[in-house]
Amino acid sequence: MVDLINAFVVLLNYIFIPALSYGSQLALGALGVSFIYAILRFANFSHGDLMSFGAMMTILFTWLFQSYGISLGFLPTAILALPLAIIATILFSILTDRFVFRHYRIKKSTPVVLAMVSIGVMFVIQAIVRIIIGPDDRQFFDGQKFIMKAKQFKEITGLNEGLAIKSTQVITILATIVLVSLLFWFLQRTRTGKSMRAFSDNEDLALLSGINPDKVVFITWLIVGALATVAGTLYGLDKSFKPFTYLGLVLPIFASAIVGGIGSPIGAVVGGYVIAFSEIMVTYAYKKFFIYLLPQSLEPTGLVQLLSTDYKFAVSFSILVIVLLIRPSGIFKGRTL
Amino acid sequence: MASMFLLVGFGQSWSISLSILNMCIISAIMSMGINIQWGYAGIFNVGIMGFTALGGLAAVLVSYSPVGEAWRVGGIGMIVSLFLLITTIVAVFFLNRVFRHSSYKYWIIGLTIIIGLILINLFFRPAVQAIEDVNPAVTGFLGGLGLPIIFSWIVGGLFAAGVAFVIGKITLGLRSDYLAIATLGISEIIIAVLKHEDWLSRGVKNVIGLKRPVPYEIDLQKTDWFISLISYLNSSKLGKISDSLESEKLLNQLVIEGSSIFVKLSYMILFTIVLLFILYLANKAQISPWGRMMRAIRDNETSANAMGKDVVKRHLQVFVIGSAVVGIAGAMLITQNGLFTPSSFLPLRYTFLIWVMVIVGGSGNNVGAILGGFVIWFVWIEAAPASQYLIEILTIALNDENEFKLHLIDSVPYFRYLIMGSVLLLIMRYRPKGILPEKVRHS
Repeated sequence: MVDLINAFVVLLNYIFIPALSYGSQLALGALGVSFIYAILRFANFSHGDLMSFGAMMTILFTWLFQSYGISLGFLPTAILALPLAIIATILFSILTDRFVFRHYRIKKSTPVVLAMVSIGVMFVIQAIVRIIIGPDDRQFFDGQKFIMKAKQFKEITGLNEGLAIKSTQVITILATIVLVSLLFWFLQRTRTGKSMRAFSDNEDLALLSGINPDKVVFITWLIVGALATVAGTLYGLDKSFKPFTYLGLVLPIFASAIVGGIGSPIGAVVGGYVIAFSEIMVTYAYKKFFIYLLPQSLEPTGLVQLLSTDYKFAVSFSILVIVLLIRPSGIFKGRTL
Repeated sequence: MASMFLLVGFGQSWSISLSILNMCIISAIMSMGINIQWGYAGIFNVGIMGFTALGGLAAVLVSYSPVGEAWRVGGIGMIVSLFLLITTIVAVFFLNRVFRHSSYKYWIIGLTIIIGLILINLFFRPAVQAIEDVNPAVTGFLGGLGLPIIFSWIVGGLFAAGVAFVIGKITLGLRSDYLAIATLGISEIIIAVLKHEDWLSRGVKNVIGLKRPVPYEIDLQKTDWFISLISYLNSSKLGKISDSLESEKLLNQLVIEGSSIFVKLSYMILFTIVLLFILYLANKAQISPWGRMMRAIRDNETSANAMGKDVVKRHLQVFVIGSAVVGIAGAMLITQNGLFTPSSFLPLRYTFLIWVMVIVGGSGNNVGAILGGFVIWFVWIEAAPASQYLIEILTIALNDENEFKLHLIDSVPYFRYLIMGSVLLLIMRYRPKGILPEKVRHS
């Protein structure tokens, strides 16, 4: 019985909690991609780098606060810096829209051309981030690192296995719950949210009903900028901030959005968790887990790992391919908000 | 453009000028490949890096001499696992046919794949272990076929075409952005495989000392005809020096310089032949009925479909052809470098830069793609020194210890991204057809 609980704790510690927080980060990213897709109707490849821009802004404001000696005690200072960073990122994304994307929207270019333009934007954002903050690894986490340390858990429960809960993980999950519920409330209950849904469903009909397209686009960028900043900051807090990792996030984010049904907000959230859980479950070495469960004679000799962690990409890609083959519209039929 | 190379030749050195030129030719071939996909058919491929790397892998697998010891210890295991892999794939296709209407279809196929993977693992893992243990500092992989490396240019094209076929089969026919995302994914996976499957390509330990299709500098320096050629070319310079010892010394130096230029020139001739050959074929294809059909599909998919053209099949065709061209260029790139370093494949350098070339040059125009390849590669190389120079001029008022100035100088390499991104955006905005727009002949 104790072995069973130990095995369960192993899964909780190495799979469930990390996947939950990684999945939340992906879900927030995928929501941003999905919004752009549903309203502006193109695949925004620069979203990963918008996240890195947002995270950079948070870091800069964190440093500013730290230099004044302001901190939040056991919470990271980054939380205090986040609202300012969100405003900066929103300003930046509205500027990119004004100077880059708007032209193609008015010209009614095809989605592929807009996707290409987003690659140009990606180049520029990458350059800006690297010029301002440099390509190096930045740790900007302060405050209390763990809510529960593995050792404390062992002492409390008397089990062999520890359960460590990082405060960043809790913050990530809480922030995601708050943001996602706010977003759904906004889309379902408010007038503006409803007009956005209408716009995404049928642009011409929405225009005829007197919905102001400029306002819808403006609100979209507000939401996308905020989501990107939060997602980027949480990812940076949880791992560490390295500008080039955000380009690598583009693939899992798009996979999440497509798996869930691109353009559907629920789909983006579910897709984020699907991708995160499968990525971590497939690349985790189950040796320890089986040692607890199986009798000694049957204990595995290898790592019992389906795929080495180097092939994380392959997991999100395979899921993407499977979904495209079996159900191209995604789990939740995508396309509208 | 030619004057640019002359400028670098006189200003920096001929050797540098020639190596930039060679890279320009390779980039031009890549951008022609992408131009076939984008310009002819409007297909958005973001996985250029992966297809380039496949070409590079072909260069290794074709030219490296086989490692006999590794084949002896792990060859059988590898062949058995390859056989099992093929059997599994065939079985999946077969079951997909047989159980087409069964509600258990996906369960059956899933189970087959899992059983296949377990069986493959039984043979694959020990074989990999054995192969990687063979003299890991020097080999530790299966090696290649030991053929002349020039064959790899064709094989690289075939490799890329094969992968493109599979990807295209899955994603073409769905929305156009799905293909983009799928190619992005497959290119990351190809790089991951090349980095971590040591038995195949030595992974991050890199493969060095690939064979060359042209002579080595060291050998040239000892050949009589080459020395006499150099002394003939420089006879006026050598004649001025009366001291025989001095002139011997000068000749020696000239021979060393000349040999490196000679090697690069030979590469240039080989690359130019390929470039012109592909250009000829691409132009021929574009004005043929096939090319006109592709343009019809690109400009109005619905009506082309209504006219009875199989849009998905044509797209697949053009996607495979374009990727093959990129694969050829990848093999040429690795041939010229003489070494295969999987970690040097970065999406910014190998995917997005090529896109800038295509867009700047003029999508749909092959000569434009070549021009774009030349111009953008040149700018990419020379942007770093140029922006350093600019920064130093602009910050001349600040003293050398100024932190802002130091920071700017540190980030000089990233101004290249800024320049490239801005060039892409400006061209797309103000000259969406590129420098040399597509010529449409109405006949």
